[in-house]
Amino acid sequence: MAESPFKADIERVQKEYSEKMTPGAIAYIPGSSVVNKTGSWRVFMPEFNRDKCVRCYLCYIYCPEPAIYLDEENYPVFDYDYCKGCGICANECPTDAIVMVRETK
Amino acid sequence: MPIRTVMKANEAAAWAAKLAKPKVIAAFPITPSTLIPEKISEFVANGELDAEFIKVESEHSAISACVGASAAGVRTFTATASQGLALMHEVLFIAAGMRLPIVIAVGNRSLSAPINIWNDWQDTISERDTGWLQFYAENNQEALDLILIAFKVAEDERVLLPAMVGFDAFILTHTVEPVEIPDQEVVDEFLGEYEPKHAYLDPARPITQGTLAFPAHYMEARYTVWEANENAKKVIDEAFAEFEKKFGRKYSKIEEYRTDDAEIIFVTMGSLAGTVKEYVDHLREKGIKAGAAKLTVYRPFPTEEVRELAKKAKVLALLEKNVTFSVGGALFQDFSRALINQKEKPILVDFILGLGGRDVTFKELDEVLEISKKALAGEEFDEVNWIGLRKEIL
Repeated sequence: MAESPFKADIERVQKEYSEKMTPGAIAYIPGSSVVNKTGSWRVFMPEFNRDKCVRCYLCYIYCPEPAIYLDEENYPVFDYDYCKGCGICANECPTDAIVMVRETK
Repeated sequence: MPIRTVMKANEAAAWAAKLAKPKVIAAFPITPSTLIPEKISEFVANGELDAEFIKVESEHSAISACVGASAAGVRTFTATASQGLALMHEVLFIAAGMRLPIVIAVGNRSLSAPINIWNDWQDTISERDTGWLQFYAENNQEALDLILIAFKVAEDERVLLPAMVGFDAFILTHTVEPVEIPDQEVVDEFLGEYEPKHAYLDPARPITQGTLAFPAHYMEARYTVWEANENAKKVIDEAFAEFEKKFGRKYSKIEEYRTDDAEIIFVTMGSLAGTVKEYVDHLREKGIKAGAAKLTVYRPFPTEEVRELAKKAKVLALLEKNVTFSVGGALFQDFSRALINQKEKPILVDFILGLGGRDVTFKELDEVLEISKKALAGEEFDEVNWIGLRKEIL
């Protein structure tokens, strides 16, 4: 899985936010909400079929989280730490390369 | 030169807002404070005030717009009353929790049902636990002055809390009195520009406001709001002192009147304080040792000043235009709390009166005096008394 581009910021936030309360509990460092992993909320997960993908990026554009990154070849990569399983990507995908399946252990 | 003119408290509040130069005003008309947004929109339309006037569809939107504007980093103002303030309720907590120094002018009015547009303090008293600072004006001049002071205190870096300034519905909001409008230059000098350091929008400095806090952090966040309330006590004193220096009008958290050798002190807030001071003069002529005290600041509660006041009297008669469904009114509870661990404390007697705009005259105050005298003489008395209650229709 692609590593979050905010990794360094996240670590800084985790450190500073736990050490100092700011007025109004404002988080002054961008990417602070990335600390809260929301993937556990998911019931359905997107399953990706690379052979069907035409690299239109619609899933990447429409992901509200955004939990989809693009790899070196511009294929989508799903970050399951933050994907809530909303299914928007599957809905937007014109080639059915993404299907939502019930999550199993 | 300051202009001395005559105006209603609503107009005075609008003038105060104009002098404070807020950048955003969002308001919805509600009796009895309708004239405030009307007047301000006139100022904006005439180009006298360079601000964004947002017409909203409810008070919930008004305060939400203020929170948004204040979070973006500008001075904001709104006005409301009664049910309107109640409709703002949930956002009031957010404004205090986010430490946004918004100022609200409130025409103190009763709450429904039954629908009643006249004066008591139930609306602001119901919001006393939101973390907002609360000031109560005795007359139209105070309404103007206290709004300026409210901005000053709210925006202080040690405080950063929103503030509401209450003035009695109709008794002040619709009554014309002499008011001195201070010079713009002096007000500018007193208030200065609002320069937020903690909360403002800047693309080069991304921040998250109104964050989610897990149990590990929420309690600390609430503590800082409480701490800011405590800090506000000192800041308010400083602001009052500076205001006196610049404008010549003296304020204190508790204003005392002829209390030095008093046995019975009548404690109240708002416009009723004027009536009570007159009544004290009337009693002094008859040789009764009475005094009066007025709470200009109700939140943060001036605990130290209350304890000092309590040392001067044998009986504190608390006159209040609100009901809480505990023991007596809000003042009675706060005074009891402030004095409970003191070694020597006066007898507290609570009087609920003037609800829903009922007049409080010398006749009602005579009843207050009779019960207070009983308490002073060590006779049996009721802790809580409803004065002027029409028992015959119950």
